Amino acid sequence: MSEYWWGRSASEISEYVKNKEISPVEVVQSFLDRIQQVDTKIDAFTQIWSDYALQQARSLEEKIVKGKSPVGPLAGVPVSIKEVICTQRGFTTCASKILAGYRSPYDATVVERLLNADAILIGKVNMDEFAMGSSTENSSIKLTRNPWNLECVPGGSSGGSAASVSAEECVISLGSDTGGSVRQPASFCGCVGLKPTYGRVSRYGLVAFASSLDQIGPLSKNVMDSATTLSVIGGRDPRDTTSVDMPLPDYSERIRKNVDTISMRIGLPKEYFTEDLNEEVKELIMKAVRILEKQGAEIVEVSLPHTEFAVATYYIICTAEASANLARFDGVRYGFRHVDSKNIIEMYKCTRSEGFGPEVQRRILLGTYVLSSGYYDAYYLKAQKVRKLITQDFEEAFQKCDVIVGPTSPTPAFRFGEKTQNPLEMYLSDIYTISVNLSALPAISVPCGLTQSGLPVGLQFIGKHFDEEYLLTVAYLYEINRGQEFGNPPLE
Amino acid sequence: MEFESVIGMEVHVEINTRSKAFCSCSTNFHAPPNTQVCPVCLGMPGVLPVLNREFVNKAIAVGLALNCSIAKWSKMDRKNYFYPDLPKNYQISQYDLPLCYDGYMNIEVKGKTKRVRVLRAHLEEDTARNTHDLGGGYSGIDFNRSGVPLLEIVTYPDLRSSEEVFVFLTELKQLLEYLEVSDCNMEEGSLRAEANVSVREEGSDLLGVKTEIKNVASFSGVVKAIEYEVERQIQIIQSGGKVVQETRGWDPDRGITFSQRHKESAHDYRYFPEPDLVPLAVSEEWIQQVKQTMPELPQTRRKRFQEEYGLSLYDAHVLTSTKIMADYYEKTVQLGADPKQSANWIQVELQSVLAYENRSIENSPVTPEHIAQLISLVKDDVISGKIAKEVLRKVFKTGKSPEEIIKEEGLVQITDVEVIRAIVKRIVEKNPSQAEQYRSGKDKLFGFFVGLIMRETQGKANPKLVNDLLKEELNK
Repeated sequence: MSEYWWGRSASEISEYVKNKEISPVEVVQSFLDRIQQVDTKIDAFTQIWSDYALQQARSLEEKIVKGKSPVGPLAGVPVSIKEVICTQRGFTTCASKILAGYRSPYDATVVERLLNADAILIGKVNMDEFAMGSSTENSSIKLTRNPWNLECVPGGSSGGSAASVSAEECVISLGSDTGGSVRQPASFCGCVGLKPTYGRVSRYGLVAFASSLDQIGPLSKNVMDSATTLSVIGGRDPRDTTSVDMPLPDYSERIRKNVDTISMRIGLPKEYFTEDLNEEVKELIMKAVRILEKQGAEIVEVSLPHTEFAVATYYIICTAEASANLARFDGVRYGFRHVDSKNIIEMYKCTRSEGFGPEVQRRILLGTYVLSSGYYDAYYLKAQKVRKLITQDFEEAFQKCDVIVGPTSPTPAFRFGEKTQNPLEMYLSDIYTISVNLSALPAISVPCGLTQSGLPVGLQFIGKHFDEEYLLTVAYLYEINRGQEFGNPPLE
Repeated sequence: MEFESVIGMEVHVEINTRSKAFCSCSTNFHAPPNTQVCPVCLGMPGVLPVLNREFVNKAIAVGLALNCSIAKWSKMDRKNYFYPDLPKNYQISQYDLPLCYDGYMNIEVKGKTKRVRVLRAHLEEDTARNTHDLGGGYSGIDFNRSGVPLLEIVTYPDLRSSEEVFVFLTELKQLLEYLEVSDCNMEEGSLRAEANVSVREEGSDLLGVKTEIKNVASFSGVVKAIEYEVERQIQIIQSGGKVVQETRGWDPDRGITFSQRHKESAHDYRYFPEPDLVPLAVSEEWIQQVKQTMPELPQTRRKRFQEEYGLSLYDAHVLTSTKIMADYYEKTVQLGADPKQSANWIQVELQSVLAYENRSIENSPVTPEHIAQLISLVKDDVISGKIAKEVLRKVFKTGKSPEEIIKEEGLVQITDVEVIRAIVKRIVEKNPSQAEQYRSGKDKLFGFFVGLIMRETQGKANPKLVNDLLKEELNK
């Protein structure tokens, strides 16, 4: 192997590949070697598609040599896919025993679009079972480790996605974000994680956790690569009627065009800077705010008064939807089935008790409870009303500012087992991210430094509905002015 | 104490769109099991529903025909319950905001008009079909029906007898057939009627405890089940007992209803808004578009047939019983045939031929053009009415036009006076004794001579001329 290609950005790789300066086969082989080298430590990958990845690379090379058809914007870029996104290739297990060995008969829309953009699917990555969790400890497959500190969790639920990008085992990963599941692990692993506006990216082929909150988003080393990926995977899909028919710009081009002339009023929500926020994290966030100020941003304080109700609201709505979404895993048609049942009811009960892990069962029970006759008004209906108030908070805040900035997570990555015994504490890990899902807004986490103990911290930018262009431009502006890179995880 | 029965109906109608309610699979009913399926209607992980616009169009048409208001803003909901024929273990249905609401249908019972109020008509999806007779201890599930569009029509408890229920169901079925929105086949399950039945003291405003009768495969079955159930409830009350609220099935062999599920074990369906589908917004424009595609409805058409064509109520009823029949009739009249003659020919002669051959008017080889031609041939004395009936049978068998058949078989009526006179003369001369008896008062023998003449002419002689000339000859 002459040169390694991991560590390069997607735009670099695709440029080299398009210009025939490097063979995509060489690129892919280099990443496969990297996975071989580091994934024994990280355990991000649940499936490594070596042969398939090389085969994709060879057909891409052929296409480029022939020079007939246009080459896509992610040409030769290795991408990993979260286990919750359906691929015809391999398995789609949602990191659950109940779907162990399950093969999807179709590709998710985002997967189709990646393939059309000539991206290379290199394998699938670990997650919390059915995307329920904040540490990837709820995976039924294995634990994934934080590349910055192997004793710490990578965050979750897209922990495998974040770890695989952070450890440079791939360039881009697709995750899903229901309450922070892309942004929080990105923050923990020191990479960029984008949660697009609800409706920007098709959910067709994303195994549903909470349909009104779920959104697929990219994780990458830098803002530009997430922007490019959003241009590839976004846009209206007739198979998802909640996806929106709005113009989808070439984000990387727009960012480059806008970055020099952008004006910024940055809102700091006072409810995000309370004693719940870790001091070190707070310092790093404020340092980032000063960098933005230096770039001409006007800093204003804003208020999101209903923030304190966000966690409760979120756990009513997401569990209610999950209780219905996960009802189909019953052992009748596919997946795990308890054998030797006496009747259908026993088969259902045993299949679901043995097939689902404890956190998933907890949420199904909660969701079933809040929808029950007599409790619906007190819980689900009330939660929907509070959801509206939380959304209005943001609308009002955006009267005063163009973008909201704050921490992605109240703490840096925590140690394995630290929060598994206390689900409530685990839920609070998403306190700054879930309001964004409840309000359907776009947001991005960008690394803003390391703690004393060498753990990354993420800075969250929250934008207006469908204005990813502005959001990404501000994030990019911050990224290029962040100053000295804090380097790569100490894996060697 | 006199009792009256109080009955409300819930009717499930399979809407005959080409594709299913939420995916593009075919709704073809007769395909081999599990061939009309895709990840969406199988409830595979990751799939999303997409509402079929044609389904909504047809549901709006039914709503308008039932005088319902159409919701400008409605939504789909999830109805949660576990059953193997329900692949997602929830059914996409409508809960608190149905597409159609507050309608009514007028029915005629014993010469009186009765208004049956419609509470709602809402969109939902059908389930798969379980079979338990596969052997080997296995049950099978056929998902071809999974996701087929259903419209559930719910009435107020306005019906007071099984007869009213029968008329209501018949009128409703006719309406649905006119709108061409459903096959309305109860045996195949494309129309399913459930009755909520209770009894109370006559004249009371209170509602008694109701039972719900499900899974009846025909209108007559519904009628019988209601009659049985009303009697059963009255007997319980008269003997001092209390009716239990429950779901009851119908056993057509034994002619009884039987308990299926008590209220205590009733499901909590945990309805909540379907987050995978955006709310359904129906504009006034959309409603108008549907209105324009709607045909004239049976009750209006019946009235018009009486006024425009001078038909009796009975004839109008029969001729509008199906849209195909009514269209057939109007086409015949439009071709210039006399309206009353047309009514007679279609209702009596054509129907008897069709019934004899076990065919329906839909695939009748006899066209309105054929009927109109026959009527005009009789009117112009080209053939007799009796011959015309024979010709009709031949048209049915060969598909040839009446004119062709008449020409080929030489069936044109003999109207030449001299030709008929010669035959009459010959027949009378050949039968002198009968002629003598007739003249001495045995009038009945007139028919004997007519018969001989008709046999001689193979029925082609103009009957009126035969009558006149025979009388003349015999009275000489």
